[in-house]
Amino acid sequence: MTILDRDIDKLCVLARLALDDDERHNARDDLTRIIGMIDALSTVATDSVEPLAHPLDATQRMRSDDVTETVDRDAFQKVAPAVRDGLYLVPRVVQ
Amino acid sequence: MTPFATLTELAAALRAKQFSSVELTRYYLDRIERLDAAYNSFITVTRDRALAQAAAADARLRKGTATALTGLPIAHKDVFCTKNVRTTCGSRMLDNFVAPYDATAVARLDAAGLVTLGKTNMDEFAMGSSCETSYYGCVRNPWDVERVPGGSSGGSAAAIAAGLTPAATGTDTGGSIRQPAAFSGVCGLKPTYGAVSRFGMVAFASSLDQGGPLARSVADLALLIDAMAGFDERDSTSAVHGHPGDAARSLHDAKPRTIGVPKEYFAALEDPALAALFDAARRVFEQDGHRFVEVSLPHSAAAVPTYYVVASAEASTNLARYDGVRYGHRCDAPRDLTDLYERTRSEGFGREVKRRILTGTYALSVGYFDAYYVKAQRVRRLIRDDFLKAFETVDALFAPTAPSIAFPIGQISDPVEMYQQDVFTVPASLAGIPALALPCGFHAGLPVGMQLIGPHFSESALLALGAGYQRTTDWHRRVPPGLR
Repeated sequence: MTILDRDIDKLCVLARLALDDDERHNARDDLTRIIGMIDALSTVATDSVEPLAHPLDATQRMRSDDVTETVDRDAFQKVAPAVRDGLYLVPRVVQ
Repeated sequence: MTPFATLTELAAALRAKQFSSVELTRYYLDRIERLDAAYNSFITVTRDRALAQAAAADARLRKGTATALTGLPIAHKDVFCTKNVRTTCGSRMLDNFVAPYDATAVARLDAAGLVTLGKTNMDEFAMGSSCETSYYGCVRNPWDVERVPGGSSGGSAAAIAAGLTPAATGTDTGGSIRQPAAFSGVCGLKPTYGAVSRFGMVAFASSLDQGGPLARSVADLALLIDAMAGFDERDSTSAVHGHPGDAARSLHDAKPRTIGVPKEYFAALEDPALAALFDAARRVFEQDGHRFVEVSLPHSAAAVPTYYVVASAEASTNLARYDGVRYGHRCDAPRDLTDLYERTRSEGFGREVKRRILTGTYALSVGYFDAYYVKAQRVRRLIRDDFLKAFETVDALFAPTAPSIAFPIGQISDPVEMYQQDVFTVPASLAGIPALALPCGFHAGLPVGMQLIGPHFSESALLALGAGYQRTTDWHRRVPPGLR
C-alpha cells in the first residue's frame, strides 16, 4: 500500500495537525513503510476469533452514583493557557 | 556510602544509623548535580521537596513508624503526575505543565516514605525505544555515552546505572521498562495490566500502559511493587484482585519451576554471542533445580504489527486532548479554533509522536477500521491465547529482552527498524502479563538482559525466580567503567 500526499492531507485534517511540505513528504514515506509492516496482519487467519479489547477480558466496573470529590476549578485553571472569570478562552467560534 | 548500593542495603544502613535519610538524599542530589550533564537522565531535580521528604522520613525512622522503604531515594519517570512539580512527559506540549495532583503510584510511594529526587527523561509521550525523541535531548547510556540507554524509560534506567538514584519508576507499554533495563544493566518489572494504577500516568495506549519499578536488584523490585500496586477506584481498569503485595516475603520461595523456552523467540535471535549468554543463564537456573522445556508461541511474528496498530490507534485518541485550551502548549495568536488546534499540536508534538498519531488515525479511519484495528484486536487474542496455552504446561517463560545490545545514538533512523527493537517485549504487553527484565551478562562491554514472563498476577513467583538467579550471579552488581 502506497500512501499518497492526499492521504496525509486527509489524516492531518482528522488529527488536527498542520505539516509543512518536508514533514508531509517524510510522513508519506514513513507511513508507507509502517503500513507495509502492519499489512503482514492480513496473513493471519482470524475467521472465528473475537476481538480482544482488554487483556484480562474485564468489563467496565461500575460504582454507585455518589459525589466523591469536587473539582477545584482554580487549581485546574492555574495550568490553562488563557482563562478569565473561570472560563477557558478560545478564538471566537460564533460571529 | 556507595552510590551503587541496593535499596535493601541502604534501608539496613538507615536503620543502623550509619547515615540519615537527609544525608543519603543530599548525597544522591549532589551526584546528580555533579554527574548528570554527561547522561541527561533527569528533566527536573526536586531538591527542596526531596530534603523535606527526607527530614520527614528521618522523623518516622526515629518514631518507629517507618516502612521498609522509608527514607530511601527514588526518581519518577516524567510521565507520572507529581503535584506542584512540572510533569513534561518529555514533550514541548507539556513543557509548562505543573501537575495539580499526584499519580496514585507516586502517592503510594510517598506514603511509604520514599524520597523523590526528581523526574527522569524519557521518549516523548513514552513513544520510543531509545530516548532519542525527548524534547529535552537524548539520554546517554552510562556504559557508553555514545550509545542509547533504551527507551522509553531510559532516563530512569540510566540514572540507576550511573548511581544517581538507587531506584526509579517507569512505564511499559510495549517494553519501555524492560528494554532500557536491559540496555543499561539494571532490573525492571512490567507488572500485569491493571496491577499498578494508571491514575495520573499521562496516557499513551490505555489498554497496554502499565507502571512499574526499576532498581539495582530483583529484591528491590519486590519491595517497590508491593508498595506501588493495589486496587485504585480512580483507574477504571485497575484490578480489584491484583498483585497481593507478597513479593518481598516470597523472595526465598525456591520451588523448582518448569520454564518454557519459546522457540520462535530464539529462532529470531540473530546474534550467536547473545544466544551463548542466554544458554549460560539457563544453566544457572538448572543448577537451582529448575527445568527448561521448549514451547511454541505460534503468533509471535504478528506481535509487532499488532502492537503498532493497537498502540498507535489508542495514542491518536488519547492525544486528541492536547488542544491548547485547558493545559499545555498553546500557539501564539490563533486566527480561529482550527488554527489554534493545528498549530498548537504541530508545534507541541515531535516527529515520532506525529507519526504515531497519523498511523493511529489511519488505522481508525473509515474504510480501514476493520482491516487494521479490529483485525489487530483479533490477532491480539491469538497472541494472548498462545501464552495462556503455554502456561498450562510451564510456570514461566524465558526470553531475551532485546534483539541487540545498546546501539549508537543516531544509528537507527528508520521507524520500522526501530519498532523491531520491541520484538521480544510487545507480546507480553499485548497479553497483559507480567515480565521481569534482569541482567545476564555482557557483550562487547555492554549489558545484556533476559526476561522471565509469567501468567497474570504471577509477579511474586517471577521475582522469586529472579532473586534466586541473583543470589548466585553478580551481573546486576557490575558498575560502568569510570564510575566505580
